[in-house]
Amino acid sequence: MILYLGRRLLQVLGVLLAIAAVTFTIFYVLPSDPAAAACGKACSDERLEAIRAHMGLDRPVWSQFADFVTGVFTGRTMGTGQYALRCDFPCLGYSYENSENVWDLLVDRLPVSASLAAGAAVLWLALGLSAGVTAALRKDTLTDRALMVGAVAAASLPVYFTSVLLIHGLIRLTGLLPYPQYVPLTSDPLSWASNLLLPWVALAVLYAAMYARQSRGSMIESMAEPYIRTARAKGLPRRTVVVKHGLRAGMTPVLTLFGMDLGGLLAGAVITESLFGLPGVGRLFYGALSTGDQPVILGVTLLAAAFIVVANLAVDLLYAVVDPRVRY
Amino acid sequence: MTTTTTSPPVHGGGGAWRLVRAELRRRASLKVSLAVVALFALMTVAAPLIGSLGGWGPEEFDKSAVDPYLGGLPIGPLGGVSAEHWLGVEPVTGRDLFARVVHGAQVSLLIAFAATAIVVLAGTTAGIAAGYFGGRTDTVLSRLMDLTMSFPSLIFMIAMMSVARDVDRILLMTLVIGLFGWPGLARVVRGQTLSLKHREYVDAARVGGSGPWRILARDILPGVAGPVIAYTTLMVPGMIATEAALSYLGVGVRPPTPSWGQMIAESVAYYDTDPLYFLVPSLCLFLTVLAFTLLGDALRDVLDPRGSRT
Repeated sequence: MILYLGRRLLQVLGVLLAIAAVTFTIFYVLPSDPAAAACGKACSDERLEAIRAHMGLDRPVWSQFADFVTGVFTGRTMGTGQYALRCDFPCLGYSYENSENVWDLLVDRLPVSASLAAGAAVLWLALGLSAGVTAALRKDTLTDRALMVGAVAAASLPVYFTSVLLIHGLIRLTGLLPYPQYVPLTSDPLSWASNLLLPWVALAVLYAAMYARQSRGSMIESMAEPYIRTARAKGLPRRTVVVKHGLRAGMTPVLTLFGMDLGGLLAGAVITESLFGLPGVGRLFYGALSTGDQPVILGVTLLAAAFIVVANLAVDLLYAVVDPRVRY
Repeated sequence: MTTTTTSPPVHGGGGAWRLVRAELRRRASLKVSLAVVALFALMTVAAPLIGSLGGWGPEEFDKSAVDPYLGGLPIGPLGGVSAEHWLGVEPVTGRDLFARVVHGAQVSLLIAFAATAIVVLAGTTAGIAAGYFGGRTDTVLSRLMDLTMSFPSLIFMIAMMSVARDVDRILLMTLVIGLFGWPGLARVVRGQTLSLKHREYVDAARVGGSGPWRILARDILPGVAGPVIAYTTLMVPGMIATEAALSYLGVGVRPPTPSWGQMIAESVAYYDTDPLYFLVPSLCLFLTVLAFTLLGDALRDVLDPRGSRT
């Protein structure tokens, strides 16, 4: 187990490094000149050269990349002479746009996106799994049909449409809920939840529908296994059979899906955050795109990648807990 | 990682397609979704022809259909629906919605289909190669799949689309969407190939003197075709949604070229004052995704009863 974990952590590091390299190459090689942007219109050639040297843009890409990686692990000093700037661990550089530390920007925005993702995930797991398991246990009945038709329809609804419907129906018409604004969990949990409820629902509808479909399928399969018959024959109560034997094995595929979705949620949040005007990492990314703020773009991409690999790793470890047949 | 044993589907020559046809007769929802898919496929192929039925071009302004004193809102009920403009007009510009939705279908679906084609080609090739040849080929390809799947694909697509300036946006979007789609299919195909490659009939072909290419083409490829078709059909909705998302965020198809995502992005601001303008592209997106999902479900039940579900 320890050995397995060590090997996987090394893999995670390798994957992140590879992703950083690809991102770095793409955004730094493509024709755009941040030095010219920083210098402004009336810019002399000497000044442009000086800014390039200050940003390190005059050196080859691999050397810039090496600096970047060193900075992430140990921190580094950026620029030279009187403009030298110490950037502490974990250094992702400074925004071209407002000279803020990228790591601080990310840390600042992450709670918003994390709140959005966590709440939505809880909601869709609860909805999706209960719908899927109910349908599986009542296979081929009216309940099953109705749930699955609903799930297919909900999975096809564009998120823009759901969001507008929610905003219009629950905010504009009834005034039941406030227009989403981010309130930190620590300052007022109730208002945190009521503000985020609509974005949660908008995001969860789509995923809940997919999870209902998936969990129904795998639950039907696992309930047909011989060990379920054995459990029944032993005279265990139906509830125990379903929850402890059926659900536990049937959850493995759902867990795989959950790992991938949870990791990808940070990326998906770009759209939800822009629809609801929430100041999360997605908005930060979107803003950085329009100004060509490469350090921020690189930082968000790396953060999103880290989420994906860590979520996948967590899921692989959870397999052993959920499914007694899996051992490392 | 999963410990479920997958029993591979049985394929018997033309039998699979006979099953598909039988299934088609049994499920009414399937007929409807096939009809919807056929309708939108027709729009993709013959958009200029169908669009011209309404008498307006997709980028043609009609200032007489909008009211300049009401901020350019369409004149008449339901967003300006009339004999002249069948689905009404766009606010401010007065462009014909019917023409735009039909041409938008062409752009949206063309990107989705082309990206799917890339995924099928790359995914099947990589999957078969990894599964059949094994060894180092398998290691390299599987690592590449893992790596590609670890990319935050949407973030990456958005970033790449926004950095690229003077390129054909439709072509670039197709390539970028296709680039991140292939590993999923490749994994399915690899698993299927692994389970096929030591079947008796494949061994028999090998003993009979067939070379590897002949075995791949004659024995393996038909065996993986079922899961590929099912997986592909279920993949199309995701492709359509991705195109819509990119265009919605303003990094995909740019106005005046219409696509559904781009139309939704423009119409969100009018959902209150001109609901039909917002509803038309949303509904098209919904129907297409729904139809492909139903179709894919049915195809999977018939062609791939147990495999390829992770």
